[in-house]
Amino acid sequence: MPQNEYIERHRKLYGRRLDYEERKRKREARVPHKLSEKAKNLRGIKAKLFNKERHNEKIQMKKKIKAYEETNIKKSEQLVPEGALPVYLLDRNIRSRAKVLSNMVKQKRKEKAGKWDVPIPKVKAQSDLEVFKVFKSGKSKRKSWKRIVTKVTFVGENFTRKPPKFERFIRPMALRFKKCHVTHPELKATFCLPIIGVKRNPNSQMYTTLGVITKGTIIEVNISELGLVTQSGKIVWGKYAQVTNNPENDGCINAVLLI
Amino acid sequence: MQIDSEKSADNVKRVLSRFKSDTGDVLPGGLLDLPVNITVEKLQLIVNALLGEDDPVPFAFFIDDAQITSSLENNIKDFNIDENVVEIVYQPQAIFHVRAVTRCTGTLEGHREAVVSVAFSPNGEVLASGSGDTTVRLWDIHTQTPKLVCEGHRHWVLCLAWSPCGTKVASACKNGRIILWDSDTGKQLSKDMVGHKMWITSLSWEPYHRNSECRKLVSACKDTDLRIWDTKLSKTLLVLAGHTQCVTSVKWGGRGLIYSGSQDRTIKVWRAEDGILCRTLEGHAHWINTLALNVDYVLRVGPFRIIRDENNSTDPQEYALKEYEALGEEKLVSGSDDFTLFLWKPEKEKKSVARMTGHQQLINDVKFSPNGRIIASASFDKSIKLWDAVTGKYISSLRGHVQAVYSIAWSADSRLLVSGSADSTLKVWSMKTKQLSQDLPGHGDEIYAVDWAPDGIRVASGGKDKILRLWQN
Repeated sequence: MPQNEYIERHRKLYGRRLDYEERKRKREARVPHKLSEKAKNLRGIKAKLFNKERHNEKIQMKKKIKAYEETNIKKSEQLVPEGALPVYLLDRNIRSRAKVLSNMVKQKRKEKAGKWDVPIPKVKAQSDLEVFKVFKSGKSKRKSWKRIVTKVTFVGENFTRKPPKFERFIRPMALRFKKCHVTHPELKATFCLPIIGVKRNPNSQMYTTLGVITKGTIIEVNISELGLVTQSGKIVWGKYAQVTNNPENDGCINAVLLI
Repeated sequence: MQIDSEKSADNVKRVLSRFKSDTGDVLPGGLLDLPVNITVEKLQLIVNALLGEDDPVPFAFFIDDAQITSSLENNIKDFNIDENVVEIVYQPQAIFHVRAVTRCTGTLEGHREAVVSVAFSPNGEVLASGSGDTTVRLWDIHTQTPKLVCEGHRHWVLCLAWSPCGTKVASACKNGRIILWDSDTGKQLSKDMVGHKMWITSLSWEPYHRNSECRKLVSACKDTDLRIWDTKLSKTLLVLAGHTQCVTSVKWGGRGLIYSGSQDRTIKVWRAEDGILCRTLEGHAHWINTLALNVDYVLRVGPFRIIRDENNSTDPQEYALKEYEALGEEKLVSGSDDFTLFLWKPEKEKKSVARMTGHQQLINDVKFSPNGRIIASASFDKSIKLWDAVTGKYISSLRGHVQAVYSIAWSADSRLLVSGSADSTLKVWSMKTKQLSQDLPGHGDEIYAVDWAPDGIRVASGGKDKILRLWQN
């Protein structure tokens, strides 16, 4: 075993042979000849391995040449980039913002018709059995007119529970949500936004009134912090979004903004 | 005198008053004993009579910088009528009235990318727009149809500048190329002016009264240089180097000085003939975004006049000079990223006249009113603020936009202001009430450029929604 980098050291102290570069160049020039000799004379498994390796090398080489040629072409063409900005915004690295949501009229019309062209058109039906758990009450737990909601719910800001005698549906605190993660499909960005209300739960009208949020539910979210503007220059703050996950399983609400 | 005869028997309170012009000259005629319920119209009659004007000139009156809107009474409530003399400052207003634009009269489609710059020709007959689709388009505003398409740039057209003679328009693109177009034929007038290494941020022509040929042009560039071009030969005459960062704005003053503001926090004053640096104005703490001169409007309009007189006897160059001289000393205002404005008298002093604070976000655009009395500044804090152009005192803020205000433009009579914003609306503000006068929705996206025609009839705006809109009364 060699001890320390004695070759390097020698080189540093005394330099290389004077004809080092020359010999190196010649050796490199000889390599193709050597290879071709080898390729001609190898037999059997060795030839097979050698050829395989050589084949791969050639593929790599061709790819490289092609890529190089392509970059050359691109430089000469130089397309005009999209998204022109005025001078005063050029140095401000502005994030690309989605278009102003100008189709407020369309949204209004849709709202009236109650039909939505939504990302998730069909949802699995949620039976009452699945959503509500029977809650036994009474002194000897004989009565069973109370229900506990087992899905995620949204409860308004100033909600107070009814007295136990009249409270038919219990919405547990642990399953109440105030915020959801909304993805803007054009921006391809996600924001954590406060929920304003549940617009429609496709399973039943009663779920809508109770504020049950399941997959496919349309909720209204507060998007004022996105800074979107209507055509008349007002800030848009309420916008609908559809829930894309099963919140009761995931512990969070993910939704897609409807545009 | 007229008012003496108006003295009536009813016991209206009277006040001793003295008229003063806004430059501080006391009007001959001495002290006047005026009834406190005198109206603005009557005050105007008095001043016109005292000045001996042939044609009645409208005036605005101020007491302690507060404008008299209806009668004298309201402005002198906390004033000892019996003892003191009221000083009423009068300001001549433009003889013509520009009516506020109220509706969108035309949507000019054609650009395939965002419209980045819009400019009316000095006579207000042709509209030029530069866009991200590398073309400059000239529009016939009377028929509201596209007139000419000028193709030649290879990158976004960032700035446009009409020559004061009104026959040529210069455009600059992000590649740093300047091209000169003939506004009648849409043909390129001379070779591309190449020399800048990065994008061009601002263009400014030599004023008409210094050279009626309109041959020289100065350009400011991101690569920290300014260049003075001979547009006929397409050659650089001088390179003004000295800034250490992007030059954001350049103005060619009327007395042979060039002012340039840069992101290196300085304004430099250059002599145009030999390119010698005269002085450096320092004060800002961050990038300087924009510059404005009180003579901007006059230099832009050059020899053209709004009120056409039949006997066009005077030489246009003389006329331009006369108009220019009427505004007096040049004043410069600079708006910056440090949320402040500075007012300078760059011809003589290095020191600033005033520092104007109040904005809460960076200032993107500053404009002097055409009569040079008010400064309006547009900021990213969604407001526009008005400042006195003499002292730099704060007048009021105009609030109403819900997003950053990108650009502003004055009407020719200085009574109205239009602003374009990121919230996709234009708003017209009245200077008399200091309030919103018109809200103009219509654009589908951010508005990048606004221009009010020098004759005051039209407003043009363009933005990210690729459509150019014309607004009219």
